Amino acid sequence: MKEQLERIRASALEALAQAKETSDLEALRVRILGKKGELTAVLKTMGKLSAEERPVMGQMANSVRAAIEEHLEQRRAELAAAALEAKLRAERLDVTVPGTAPELGHRHPMNIALDEVKDIAVGMGFRILEGPEVELAEYNFTKLNTEEGHPARDWSDTFYIRDDSSVLLRTQTSPMQIRAMEAIKTPPIRVLAPGRVFRKDEVDATHSPMFHQIEGLVIDKGVTMADLKGTLETFVKGLYGEDCVVRFRPHHFPFTEPSCELDVQCFKCHGEGCPTCKGEGWIELLGAGMVHPKVLETCGIDPEVYSGFAFGIGLERMAMRRFQISDLRLIFENDVRFLAQF
Amino acid sequence: MNLSRKWLGEFVDISATDREYDEIMTIAGQKVETTTRLDAEIRNVRVGRVLSIVRHENSDHMWVCMLDVGEAEPVQIVTGAQNVRQGDLVPVAMHNSWLAGGKHITKGKLRGVESNGMLCSIQELGLTPNDFPDACTDGIWILNDEGAQVGQDINQVMGTDDSVVEFEITNNRSDCYSLIGLARETAAAFNVPLRLHEPVVKGGGPGVLPELLDVETPADDLCRRYTARMVRNVKIAPSPKWMRQRLRAAGIRPINNIVDITNYVMVEYGQPMHAFDYRYVRGGKIIVRRAGEDKTLTTLDGTVRNLTPDMLVIADETKPVGLAGVMGGENSEIKADTADVVFESANFDGTSIRKTALALGMRTDASAKFEKNIDPMLTLPAVNRACELVELLGAGEVVDGVIDILNEIPEPFELPLEPEKINRLLGTDIPEADMIDYLRREQIEVRDGMIQVPSWRPDLRRMADIAEEVARFYGYNEIPTTLMRGLTTRGGYSESQKLEALAGNAARAMGYSEIITYSFVSPTGLDRIRVPADDPRRNQIRILNPLGEDTSVMRTAILPSMLDILARNFAHHNKEAKLYEIGKIYLPVEGRELPEEPKRLVLGSYGTGDFYAIKGAVEEILTAVNAQKPVFEAVTDDPSYHPGRCAAVIIGGKRIGLVGQVHPLAAKNYEIDGDVYAAELDFTELMTVLAPEKTFKPLPKFPPTSRDLAVVCREEIEAGRLEACITAAGGRLLRSVELFDIYRGAGILPGYKSAAFSLVFRAEDRTLTDGDIEPAMDQILNALEKELGAVRR
Repeated sequence: MKEQLERIRASALEALAQAKETSDLEALRVRILGKKGELTAVLKTMGKLSAEERPVMGQMANSVRAAIEEHLEQRRAELAAAALEAKLRAERLDVTVPGTAPELGHRHPMNIALDEVKDIAVGMGFRILEGPEVELAEYNFTKLNTEEGHPARDWSDTFYIRDDSSVLLRTQTSPMQIRAMEAIKTPPIRVLAPGRVFRKDEVDATHSPMFHQIEGLVIDKGVTMADLKGTLETFVKGLYGEDCVVRFRPHHFPFTEPSCELDVQCFKCHGEGCPTCKGEGWIELLGAGMVHPKVLETCGIDPEVYSGFAFGIGLERMAMRRFQISDLRLIFENDVRFLAQF
Repeated sequence: MNLSRKWLGEFVDISATDREYDEIMTIAGQKVETTTRLDAEIRNVRVGRVLSIVRHENSDHMWVCMLDVGEAEPVQIVTGAQNVRQGDLVPVAMHNSWLAGGKHITKGKLRGVESNGMLCSIQELGLTPNDFPDACTDGIWILNDEGAQVGQDINQVMGTDDSVVEFEITNNRSDCYSLIGLARETAAAFNVPLRLHEPVVKGGGPGVLPELLDVETPADDLCRRYTARMVRNVKIAPSPKWMRQRLRAAGIRPINNIVDITNYVMVEYGQPMHAFDYRYVRGGKIIVRRAGEDKTLTTLDGTVRNLTPDMLVIADETKPVGLAGVMGGENSEIKADTADVVFESANFDGTSIRKTALALGMRTDASAKFEKNIDPMLTLPAVNRACELVELLGAGEVVDGVIDILNEIPEPFELPLEPEKINRLLGTDIPEADMIDYLRREQIEVRDGMIQVPSWRPDLRRMADIAEEVARFYGYNEIPTTLMRGLTTRGGYSESQKLEALAGNAARAMGYSEIITYSFVSPTGLDRIRVPADDPRRNQIRILNPLGEDTSVMRTAILPSMLDILARNFAHHNKEAKLYEIGKIYLPVEGRELPEEPKRLVLGSYGTGDFYAIKGAVEEILTAVNAQKPVFEAVTDDPSYHPGRCAAVIIGGKRIGLVGQVHPLAAKNYEIDGDVYAAELDFTELMTVLAPEKTFKPLPKFPPTSRDLAVVCREEIEAGRLEACITAAGGRLLRSVELFDIYRGAGILPGYKSAAFSLVFRAEDRTLTDGDIEPAMDQILNALEKELGAVRR
């Protein structure tokens, strides 16, 4: 009997190793462990054994059954894993086929550039202001210390709405300085006013009768030109990176004194002079200055107590440089092949 | 303003290279646009002496020359010119040289004889007879009388061994539109002495000035000062080479000695001058007046100019002889036989001159200077300088005395130097002595703490102006950089700005790309979207001086802007487009100077999607901005939209916008084939119908129960009405109603449709049973049948 059990065990284990399908395993189980199975048949003959032999053989029979069951389970798991593996392989996809998510729309590059400026400004405590685009000449010029007869007021340069030149399309965002001071009245004032402006320029690669400016204004007690420099440097480094080099040079605006322009060193040639910077080594970025005392007085702010600075950035030029857009017309043409690039 | 570095050398000594000069001047406040080397064009052309000249063996018109060009070996060159003689000095374009217009010269053979370059005419060197009046015009330029040396670079003979610096002069610095002004700036920037010259006139010409000439200035409001002198027995001739070369470097064509002198003085002093031929000044009288009755004047350039009564003219007793400050008249022009000359050195009102020049489309060097309102104190030294030059050139005899009418002369102006305030404004700690020194470098004197502001600096009127002068020479880049102190301010975006950002994000998430379109549009846009003549949107703000009809009105509707861009994309063969813009429209308000400028959001698409796609986009945008729940009502009568595919977006009873298919006739007006969809939302109005801020509601504890309900109703019953009816009748346990199918066809009578809804019921406090739901379903079915004639399918 012992030999019988050993034989069953050996043949069962071999058959298990040969099994290819889970159905083979089931057949095997029935053949050996089932009610009419080989092992069961052997166990049925147990009664014929002596009382001494019976427990020994019983134990042996149980261990054979356990071993076969264990191997059976193990083999079942192996086959299941192999079957799953085969199934998954069969489900293979071409992962290079494009995804099916709906296509996102694109932000206009001008507004991408504007958002960057606004984010930096908000972080520095600036409020974002908006104001009228059809504007009074009083705000666009007079209160900005630009007297009657100034060339900027010419009908050849400015779009007018009224015969008496009193209403126009704003030529700059600077009237927002006046509107901010008149609205807020008591400093501190920190505002950023981006928006559309209009000048009578024919459309070409660098001109458009409508374009965008970003005006900044800071008024407080004891604001200095050193503060202007520090603030604008922070701005520019926020936009172009910590390692960009800036310089300030004197300029003239009717509503600031002293006035300046800020240049950044050409990113391509680092000041050597190249076609990008027209050989100058520097690229003009923005105009700025200390708010003219006359302008403060006009807005009811005492220049003996308060001072401040203002700055203006041309958004198109900034965005065009940022994205290396070669022709201003592309910006207002809004071709989807252009928009999709941003 | 163009500055010749060589000419500048008459006033200041600096050794800076062009690049250094540009950098230092720019940093000090006179921005250099470009610097041009005048000898960049003509290269490797030398002065040569003709050693021998013989006939070409194979030609009856060519010559073979041997030339000494300052090298060990003579150079052989073949020429076809007939005016060259042995011993002559001539310009020799060597092998590998460059001539005017980029012409490249290399050696070669002419009819078998080697030629190692070319002999040049003045034209080939880019010159005109005006530059060298004595030069031969149809042969080689003979340099025998030009003081040339063998081997010398031809640019030195031409005077083009020079750099011309182009400055961007700011509006407030009219004094810098002159050589002296820029020399003053140079001296200050480099801290070197400035050599100024006081003109000395010998005079003694025949006659007594007041007897010869009388000047009146009835238009004294437009003529601050009129200064005149006379020169007699003038000998018109070319001006000397040095003067011609300087004018040429300044970009002015030499004409003759008298005209050249006026131009020379204009460049040097920045004071425009004019020379009249005295014989044509009727009655010896010069009257500065408005044109008035005089309708035309023929200017020096031979053009008949139409005058308006306000234009300022220079007239004699009978007629205008010049357009004041702009251009002289042809009738008093300097001619070859002019004998007596009146020099005018006047100061006219800048605005008047600018307007005249603009109206006549003739901005001249003179008018460009006058329009900046130049220093009235210049007229006298300038006219004296002109007379001095006349004497220097031997061009005539200057009559003693000056006519000088002073109508409006600025008072001497002084203001205190306030070092402490200046430092406080700049954020610096500059000693007073340094400030005084900076001003001294600019020829501005400080006496007893008072700044003596010179007449040429009317821009210096208060402390801030002086602060800029101090900063310029201290160095803008030397000022420290600090960050703002003081009270901090709360930065941020306004509610409407935040809303715009949310709406834009939602639009892009649904595939719409952002566009930016012009605020001014063509008035025909409203025709193209079929807006009736009496529509309020027809009340547009007109620009009185537009660039063109296409940009002549401020838009009162944003749809045409969107359709323009869709049309352009369609024309560019882009298969599809989904676009949005958030932009202003401009609505005139009765009795107010400025219009309202509310914002609109517009969506537009072609080649993709359908009505429900764009409606879905609108719904998502409204969700994104947290608007209250919208209701969509069919609109059948908006002429811009398809009468069967357009809905009004209504929130809280307010009409916020429209969504729909653009009317095929409107799409056709834009030449877009296929369906075009658009939506317009009043963004300003949307601000008023926002839902309360979102707060958390506990998640339901008990499961929902779903029921599907399909009903059959007449075709014209809208799904929205069925849904509203179900919602109203469903009772408080009904949580949501969602349409999931509309079916027409087999099993449904023509003219009817089947609509299937998914209904969800839920209670807060228990799991629902059929006993809860059946009564609600019965109520719903009753209501549907009674109100809409819809029955369960």
